[in-house]
Formats: sequence, structure tokens, C-alpha cells
Amino acid sequence: MLLDVGRFVQKTISRQPWLPLFVLAACLAAMRVAAAQVPQQQSSAPPAAQHPPTSPAVVPPPGAATPSPPAQTATTPPRAALNIVVLDPAHGGTDLGARGTGGIHESDIVLEFVAQVRTALESQGFQVVQTRQGNANPSFDDRSAMANAQRGAIFVTLHIASTGTPGTARVYVMNDMAPGADATGLIPWDRAQAPFVSLSRKLGDQVQGLLAQKFKGSPPMAQMASVRQLRTTAAPAIAVEISSVTVEDRTQLDHMAPGIADAIARGAAAFRPTYVVPANPGERP
Amino acid sequence: MMLPRWRWWFLAALFLAVVIAAIYLPILRRNIKQAAKLQQRSEEQARRELTQPTVINPSDPKVKAKLFWASGANDGTLSSVVVELPLASDPVLRSKQVLNTLLAGPVDTELRTLPPDAALLAFYLLPDGTAIADFSEALGTSIPSGIESEQMAVDSITRTLEANVPQVRRLKILIHGQEVETLAGHLDLSQAFVVNANTPIGPRAATSSPVPTSEAQQLTPAATTVKLAASPDKPATKP
Repeated sequence: MLLDVGRFVQKTISRQPWLPLFVLAACLAAMRVAAAQVPQQQSSAPPAAQHPPTSPAVVPPPGAATPSPPAQTATTPPRAALNIVVLDPAHGGTDLGARGTGGIHESDIVLEFVAQVRTALESQGFQVVQTRQGNANPSFDDRSAMANAQRGAIFVTLHIASTGTPGTARVYVMNDMAPGADATGLIPWDRAQAPFVSLSRKLGDQVQGLLAQKFKGSPPMAQMASVRQLRTTAAPAIAVEISSVTVEDRTQLDHMAPGIADAIARGAAAFRPTYVVPANPGERP
Repeated sequence: MMLPRWRWWFLAALFLAVVIAAIYLPILRRNIKQAAKLQQRSEEQARRELTQPTVINPSDPKVKAKLFWASGANDGTLSSVVVELPLASDPVLRSKQVLNTLLAGPVDTELRTLPPDAALLAFYLLPDGTAIADFSEALGTSIPSGIESEQMAVDSITRTLEANVPQVRRLKILIHGQEVETLAGHLDLSQAFVVNANTPIGPRAATSSPVPTSEAQQLTPAATTVKLAASPDKPATKP
């Protein structure tokens, strides 16, 4: 009979006495494997809740727009590695930036440059977030907020100068800043760059070195300047300034775009291994 | 047919009026043009004229002042030029004198770091060595836009002060009496710039608690007003 299990077991054991030992060993092995898998699942699943990618590590300024996560990162679980580049085409809207004699506007050219930089960065495996897509003019704080909302990001703001030797490019990083923290231990918004200055310098030197190889006459190392946009950015941040809007022929500037894009992408890729992203938002690098 | 006598007189008066008008109207037009020109002077120009006379007293000892203008290498660097000037020993007057000379520009105008139409409207020195320089709007509006040019402008001011007025520790730049976010869209003016980091604080400041760096960096016009109200018209720090 099918239900006479006891007799079947008794018969099987009497014929094959090693079988119960084999079944017992198999059960123990299965339990061990299951026990090993449980902690792995626990460590990979919860970070989305423990480290929300949108929680900025800095105290936002009064009136600043609440940073929202970009579409690219909303579904991606945060990784403890540099994988996002926030690209900032400077100026925009009524702020045209530097203006050349031939009707060249800085705000237009940087948008076109950023498109090429974006492609080069994506080919290096970076996700790219732009602070503006069209002819908008977000405030300095709104642009910084986009970078500060990310985890494991760097910030690159692109400018065209109205001075300097045409055909050269310079990278600027923020001057040394007095580090500060408020009572909550968060980084004050107006000095958000302070803990990142040395990292910014490393990134700046990487990019500037590559720019100097491509554009003769460019300085070999990044320079320091008190750039407003960089001050409130809580991430390794650089400003790239290209000379200049005074060129007689716009194509002179257009020819620089692939070299600029390549230098920024390769510089960011070279910087990636040196940047250990803090485990939790709010922690200093 | 004879014209009546009164008509002759009338025609003669008319002719005389035309002659007088022909002589007077060009003079009148010239006067109106001159008056219009005077009215066109901006408020800032008028203010500049009022604030300009930073008297250079010839009896002051001539000092070799170091002024920083562009080096000419077109790479964003500055170089110093030594100029013999009769400079006052008072740090505020001295600062005004060197900054006005800096604004006047070098012989080679290509080496300018500051716009020719910019003017220094006021200069104050707080007891803790923080200087406040108030420039006209032209400093922000006429300067070539860009990080390099704006950094050069500020560097030329701070380095000139550093070389000639050791009492100045930090410099806060205002534009037309207001605190502004940037000089011309790039360089941060909301913070004070370090000029002479090693300068000891003046004797008066030693009695009061020195302004911490963070506080000095966050000087607002309101805070400035309070501090200035507490200090006399004369410079607070004596050499």
C-alpha cells in the first residue's frame, strides 16, 4: 500500500543501512547553505532604507529648492563607489555669461560642450546628471543641491572665459576653507566644500594634467580660486574654464570640445579608484 | 500806395526780433547742450567725484609702494611694479591711496586688472584688522567675465594691500555699499579674503575678543553697520 510508509522505511533500512546517514548528512548540508545565504541577503537589501540616496549631508540654505533624485538614480541602489558625475553648464537664462565680439555667448557654448562631455563620461561608465538642460538659470544653491543629493558623485562646472590665451583650458578648485560643523554634526551649507577640498584638488590635477597635454599653454596643475559655485558643493568639485569667447571664429572653440570632453572623462575615471565614498551620508570623506 | 507809418514800425520790429533770435538761438542751444551733459553725469560719477579726493599730502614721506597688475604673460599671473608715492602713515588713508593708484592703472593699459571706470567709494578698517572696501558698480559690471579675470582683480587688490598696508588682515569687498554674491558671476564675494594672515591684531582689538574666522567670513551689511557704528570716524587701528 502507498500509505504503509513505516513498513517501506523498515524494509529499506534493513536492506540499505547507510541510507539514513546519507539523508541526515544531506539535510545538515542544506541547512548550512541556507544559513550562509541569509546574512548576504540582509546586507544587500536594506541599504536603500539605511542610506537614502536623496538625503543630503549638508544643512540646506533657507529657501533652497529641495533636492530631488534624478530619474537615473531613483531605481538604482546606491553603490559605495564613484559612479555619478554632475555636469553644470554655467549661466543660462538671462545670464548669458561672457560675450564675444562675434555674438558668441558663454551660456550657449557650454551647453554644447556639456553634451560632448556627457557622451565621453557615459562611455567611461558614469551616470551623468545635468544641472540644466535648456536655457534655464538655476541658482548657485539649486545647482549645488543637485550634487549634494547624490552619493558617490563628483561635480564639474563648465565655463568659457573672456580672457586668457585662446585655445587653452584651466581647472580651478576651491581655496582652502576652514572646516566647520554645526551642533548636529552636519556640514554647513555655506562651507559644504570644506571637507572635499583635498579630493577636489586631486581630481583637478588629474583633469588639468590631461588638458595640458591636449592644449598647449594650459597650466600643468589645477589652480585655486574662490569660485562661488564650488563653495556650496559637498562633493569633489572642479570648475573648467576654456579660453575664450574672444576668438574670431567660433569653430576654434568647437574644435576644443572633443579634447575637453575626453580630458574630463579620463580624469574622472583616473580619480575613481582614489575616491572612497563615505559609507553613510553625512560622513566626511 | 503808401504803407501806414505804424506798419513800417511793425515790420522793423519784426526784422529786429529775427536778427536777435538768429544771434541768440545758437547761444541758447549751446547752453542747453552743456546743461544736458551735466545732467547725464550718473549718480555714481558724482559720488566718485565727491569721494575721490584722497589727498596725497606731498609732505608725507615718499615710499616705494608695490602695486600688482597683470604680468602680461596672459596666464592669469600678476607682477609687482614699484612706484614711489607719498603715502600716509594712517592705514586707512594709505589703503585708499594705494587702491586709487591701482585703479588708475599701469602705464600699459593692457596690464590693467581693474576696470578704468571703477572707483573706490569707501574704505574702513575694523579693530580686528578686517578691512571693508566699497567699490562702485563698475567693478562688477565692467570687468571681463570669467574666473581668471575676476580672480586677478581680487588678487591685485589683496596683494597690493598686503604689500603696503600690513595692518590689514582680511578684506571684505562691497559693491556700492552692498554685499554681493559674486564679482561678475564667478568669484565669491560673500566671504572675506585673507590679506595678511600673520599680522598681529591691533592694541584696541586685543582688549575685545577677536572676530573668529567664521564670523569674519560671514560679515553681512547689517553686521558691518553695527561694527562701524561702534568705531569712530577716524581709523580704529593706528600704525
